[in-house]
Amino acid sequence: MGGKRYQNLQGYSFLMPALIIIVVFTIVPIAYAFFMMFFKVDILSGSRSFVGLSNFEKLFQDPKFWASFENTFKYVLVVVPIQTIIAMALASILNSRIKFNRTFLTIMFIPTLTSSSAMTLIFMWLFNNNGLVVNMIGNLFGTKILFLSNPDLALTVIMIMNIFSTVPHFMIVYLSGLQDVPDSLYEAASIDGANRFKQFLYVTVPQLMPISFYVVTMGLVGCFQIFDQAFILSNGTGGPQNSTLTFSLYIYQLAFTSNDMGRATALAFILGLIIFTVTFIVNKLLKADKVNG
Amino acid sequence: MRKNNRFLKIVVYIFLVGYCLLTVAPFLWSILTSFKTTAEIAGGGTFFPETWSLKGYETIFKSQFLQWIRNSIFVALFTTVFNLIFNTMAGYALARIDFKGRQLLFSAMLLLIMIPSQVTMIPLYIVVSKIGLIDSHWSIIFTTMINIGYIFMMRQFFINFPRDVEEAATMDGLTRFGTFFRVVLPNAKAAIATQSVFIFMGVWNEFMKPLLFISSPDKYMLTQGLNAISKTYKNATQWDVIMAGALVSIIPIFILYIVMNKYFIAKNDQTAGIK
Repeated sequence: MGGKRYQNLQGYSFLMPALIIIVVFTIVPIAYAFFMMFFKVDILSGSRSFVGLSNFEKLFQDPKFWASFENTFKYVLVVVPIQTIIAMALASILNSRIKFNRTFLTIMFIPTLTSSSAMTLIFMWLFNNNGLVVNMIGNLFGTKILFLSNPDLALTVIMIMNIFSTVPHFMIVYLSGLQDVPDSLYEAASIDGANRFKQFLYVTVPQLMPISFYVVTMGLVGCFQIFDQAFILSNGTGGPQNSTLTFSLYIYQLAFTSNDMGRATALAFILGLIIFTVTFIVNKLLKADKVNG
Repeated sequence: MRKNNRFLKIVVYIFLVGYCLLTVAPFLWSILTSFKTTAEIAGGGTFFPETWSLKGYETIFKSQFLQWIRNSIFVALFTTVFNLIFNTMAGYALARIDFKGRQLLFSAMLLLIMIPSQVTMIPLYIVVSKIGLIDSHWSIIFTTMINIGYIFMMRQFFINFPRDVEEAATMDGLTRFGTFFRVVLPNAKAAIATQSVFIFMGVWNEFMKPLLFISSPDKYMLTQGLNAISKTYKNATQWDVIMAGALVSIIPIFILYIVMNKYFIAKNDQTAGIK
């Protein structure tokens, strides 16, 4: 039906709204970013001047940059493996013949529904100097651990919170992947004398490799971008002593507190590059693993 | 062997119940806190409130909280409706209409989805301010009304959608747009519902965009308002107020979760394209 030109016209008219929005609010900003990171931009006066690579040079000499670098990597290295393993384990438990699994699932999913801001406030109250967790540890061990004002522990609270609220989401992703694992594989394994744990290790884990790749990638991308929790918890400062200063939070501070949009964009570019590289490496590693296994 | 199995089963149930308790505990503690008096909270206090008080909720509703709820509902509804119409149209075109440049557009979108939002965050702020949308709710609606991830999901859906239904409609003399709105959309209800609940929840819970684009307190989105409330009441240890606010802000999503439960949990949305 219809000529080739008619098809083209139809195709583009269906896509038009999406294309306009993508061009104006994604492509133009990306192009703009490539240009901004070589300039000194002041949004208030509207002035800009070409500074070459000086934005990057300044960043590499900036102790706050290295603090945010360290915090973000620490965060990713702890959170991504833990949340992936817990999500996979919970999903395979729920997938085995468990009564009330729908009820368990419905309850477990609650943290994923909760906004990062409400969740952060709830966790701040739990780990506050007068909070439930602090008081409980105080009663059990006789020492008061002040999580939120201790630079060594503040980031840990954000890690726990993130694991708590992303595990259910990835658990559901794993569950839908588990539906595709054929029962015959488990039967064969149990005939070979493999117990439940060995079945998990030698059947479930390798079968779920493509899903794991998705979960790890999404986890990496999400964790590298961590912002809301760090912002609310530290009131936007990244404190105590820069211990919750993440890349995204520092980008925000550079742009809107220091009014240095050029340097903020340079940092965003570095973050983008890091995410691409790490995802690429992980992709290669997981694929290599799959071939060997 | 059988005995062993039974033991394993008990362990598994204990573990699951334990995890559920762990999940619910922070919320339960917040609910209890929201009904305590500030004096009791400051004094450490007991697990259950000694005197049940509604002071926290009263303070919340005397602030601009209701206005913030209205703002969030307005923005979330518009964003959801735009998303579901435009993502679905785009996904349909990419799956079903054979036009020039289709493959190229599809690959370009795949590439764009991989660029982290931080890269575009600051230039996006400048674009939005150039258009004159700063401090307007439309800044959030316009910048969020398309989601490439859900365009993929819909494309995947339409690739598996039976062609003969459409062909029958075309025979009956409907145009492509007519077929799309009268025949295709009603048949894609489940996919659209899944898309809608997650988009609505995404906008409702969004924190960074309101923080960047909205500055006057009466235009705050709920998440931003919560942050403001916590700043105001934290130092006076009025956690009853803060917890009341946090809990009220979750309620609409909870209602959605109860009503549309199967769309939240029976999802294999974004993985559909990956598998």
